[in-house]
Amino acid sequence: MTLRKNEIWAQYQKEIADNHYYFARSCIRQNIFPAAENLYLQILKDILGKDIFDDPMQTTCTGIAYHSGLIPMETIMTVVARQFALMSEAGYENFVASCVTSFGIYVEMLETWKHFPETEQNTRESLRRATGKTFRIPKNLVHASDVIYKFRKEIAAKAKYKLVNANTGKPLKVVDHIGCHYAKIFPSYGIGGAEYTYVLAGLIDEWGGEQVDYPERRHCCGFGFRQYLLKSNRGYSVANSKKKFDSMLPFKPDLIVANCPGCTFFLDRWQYVIAEKEGITYGENGYGIPVLTYEELAGLILGYIPWNIGLQTHQVAVEPLLEKLGIEYDPEQKYKGIDGEDIGRPSLPDVLKCF
Amino acid sequence: MSALFKVLEKDVRFIEGLKGCIDCGVCTSVCPAAAVSDYDPRMIVDIVQKRDESELEELLKGDAIWRCGECLSCKTRCPRGNTPCYIIQALRGLSIETGFFIESEQGRKQLAIKRTVGEHILKYGYCVYIDEVDLEMYPEQGPVWDWLRKNRTSMMKRLSTSYKENRSGTLRNTAQESLDDLKKIFDETGGTQRFEKIEKYSSAKAKELGVDFKEGKDDYFRYTYNE
Repeated sequence: MTLRKNEIWAQYQKEIADNHYYFARSCIRQNIFPAAENLYLQILKDILGKDIFDDPMQTTCTGIAYHSGLIPMETIMTVVARQFALMSEAGYENFVASCVTSFGIYVEMLETWKHFPETEQNTRESLRRATGKTFRIPKNLVHASDVIYKFRKEIAAKAKYKLVNANTGKPLKVVDHIGCHYAKIFPSYGIGGAEYTYVLAGLIDEWGGEQVDYPERRHCCGFGFRQYLLKSNRGYSVANSKKKFDSMLPFKPDLIVANCPGCTFFLDRWQYVIAEKEGITYGENGYGIPVLTYEELAGLILGYIPWNIGLQTHQVAVEPLLEKLGIEYDPEQKYKGIDGEDIGRPSLPDVLKCF
Repeated sequence: MSALFKVLEKDVRFIEGLKGCIDCGVCTSVCPAAAVSDYDPRMIVDIVQKRDESELEELLKGDAIWRCGECLSCKTRCPRGNTPCYIIQALRGLSIETGFFIESEQGRKQLAIKRTVGEHILKYGYCVYIDEVDLEMYPEQGPVWDWLRKNRTSMMKRLSTSYKENRSGTLRNTAQESLDDLKKIFDETGGTQRFEKIEKYSSAKAKELGVDFKEGKDDYFRYTYNE
C-alpha cells in the first residue's frame, strides 16, 4: 500500500529516551507560568517514576538574545556547549529542553557541528579556554513535551478525567499550537514533522479530546523575539496571534494547548489585549479560550488542584474549562498566599470576563 | 569579491542560508512579518544573491533586515533549501560589526535589546526575570501579572518555586560560578565586544540626535524602546 505524504509524516516518530534525563529550564516559562516546570518534574518523578536531574548550575541558552540579533553565533554555541558539559559532568546523556526556542537552538548547534565540523572544534577550544570544561554530545535530545507524548498512554491510565464535556459527554474541541522552532527548522526532530506535528495532537487523541484543524493552525503565534521585546514593535506580535484567533473562532474551541513557553504566554495575554482594545472575546459568554501548557493539561486530568499548579497565573480564566471537565475547585483558594492569607486579587479587565 | 561579501561568506549561516533563490516568493507568503508589514524576505535574498556591494551596504543600513521575527517558517517552505532567516542573522551581525545598524530606526533599537535581555543574561543567568518585567514596560502582562508580581514573595512559595533561593528549582538564584562562566564565554567569543560596539555606536548616534545617553533606561533607551 502506498502512503500519502501526510500519512507518512503523521506516522513519523523520533527516538525519545525512556529514562534518566537532564532537564534544562526555560527563561520565559519559569517567570510567566512559574508552577509549570515543577509540575513537569513532579509528573515525571512521582507519576511516571522517572529520573530527571534539575541542575542548579545551568543557565539560559541565550536563545532569545540570539534570535533578536544581539549576540554572535560563537557565543551561543559556547553557552550551549557549557550546558552539555554540565550534563556530562552530572553523568547524564539524555538532554530535555523545557523551552522550544532552546530546543531549536540545541538542535541547530548539533546540526551545525555536523555540517561544519570546524565549528565544533572551535567551540570546544573556546569553552575550554573560558571555563576549563569539556563536553559530550547528548545521546538523545528532546523537547519536554516529547516525553509527555511518549508516556501519554501511562498518563491516560492514571487520569481521573478525560477531555470530555462532563455535561454533554462530547469530546472537548482542542486547538494544538506548536512552537515554530519545535519542527519548522528541522522537521525530522519533531514527532510528525513540521506540517503534521503530532506531539500535542497525540495527547488530545489519547486523552479523549477532538483536534481542531483550522486554516492558520501552523501559523506563528507572533513572538518575533525583538518584535515583542520592543514596545514599539509589538503590533507584529498581537496581529499574528489575532490572525490565529480569528481563524480558529468558527470552530469554537474549548481549549488551546501549547508546547512553547512564549506561545502559551502570547496566546493567553493577547486575548486580554484584543478584548480590551477591540472589544473582541474568543471564548463563550465573554470569556477567553483557556490556554494551557501540555503538563498543565496533564496535571488537570491527573487530578492536581488547579490553584496548586499555577492556573491562577493565567490571564484568561480557566474556570469555564474546569466546569466542562467536571473538575471541582474552591474559588476561595484561587488567590490565597502561601499560608492561606488574603493577599488581595487581581483587578478585573473591563471587557474580558474573569473570575 | 568586495569587502562586505568577504565577511558574509565566512558566516556559516550565510553559506547554509543561500543555496540559490528562484524568486518564487514562497518565503514571503508564509512570513509572519510580511503578513503585517511591507517586509519581503524574497527581496533580501534577491539582493544578496546579486552580490552588489552598494546594494548590500544599503541593506545593512536599512530597516528591512530588522523586521524578521526569526520564526524560521521560511526554512520549512523554501523549495530550494534556502533559509532567508539565516541570511538575515548573518546580515544583522554584519550590520552591528560595521556600525551600520545605527543608520536605521529599527537597527538603533538593538541598544534597547542589549540593555534588557543582554544585561539580564549576565546579571541573572536568564534572558527574562520577573523583577524586571513591570506593567510600564509590558502593559499587556495585565492585572494577573501585576497581582502576581506584587505578591511574588508569598505566591512563589505557594507555587513551590525557588525564587531568590540558592538551590535548584524555578527562579532560583544563578550561582556566581555560573554567571562568571557566562561572562568568560562572552569575553572569549565576541559577545562582550558586540555589546561594547552597540554602546559605542549608539552613543555617537545619540550625540548626533541630541538625545541624552548614559546607561540603563536613559532617554536614548526610551527613544529606541518606545518609539
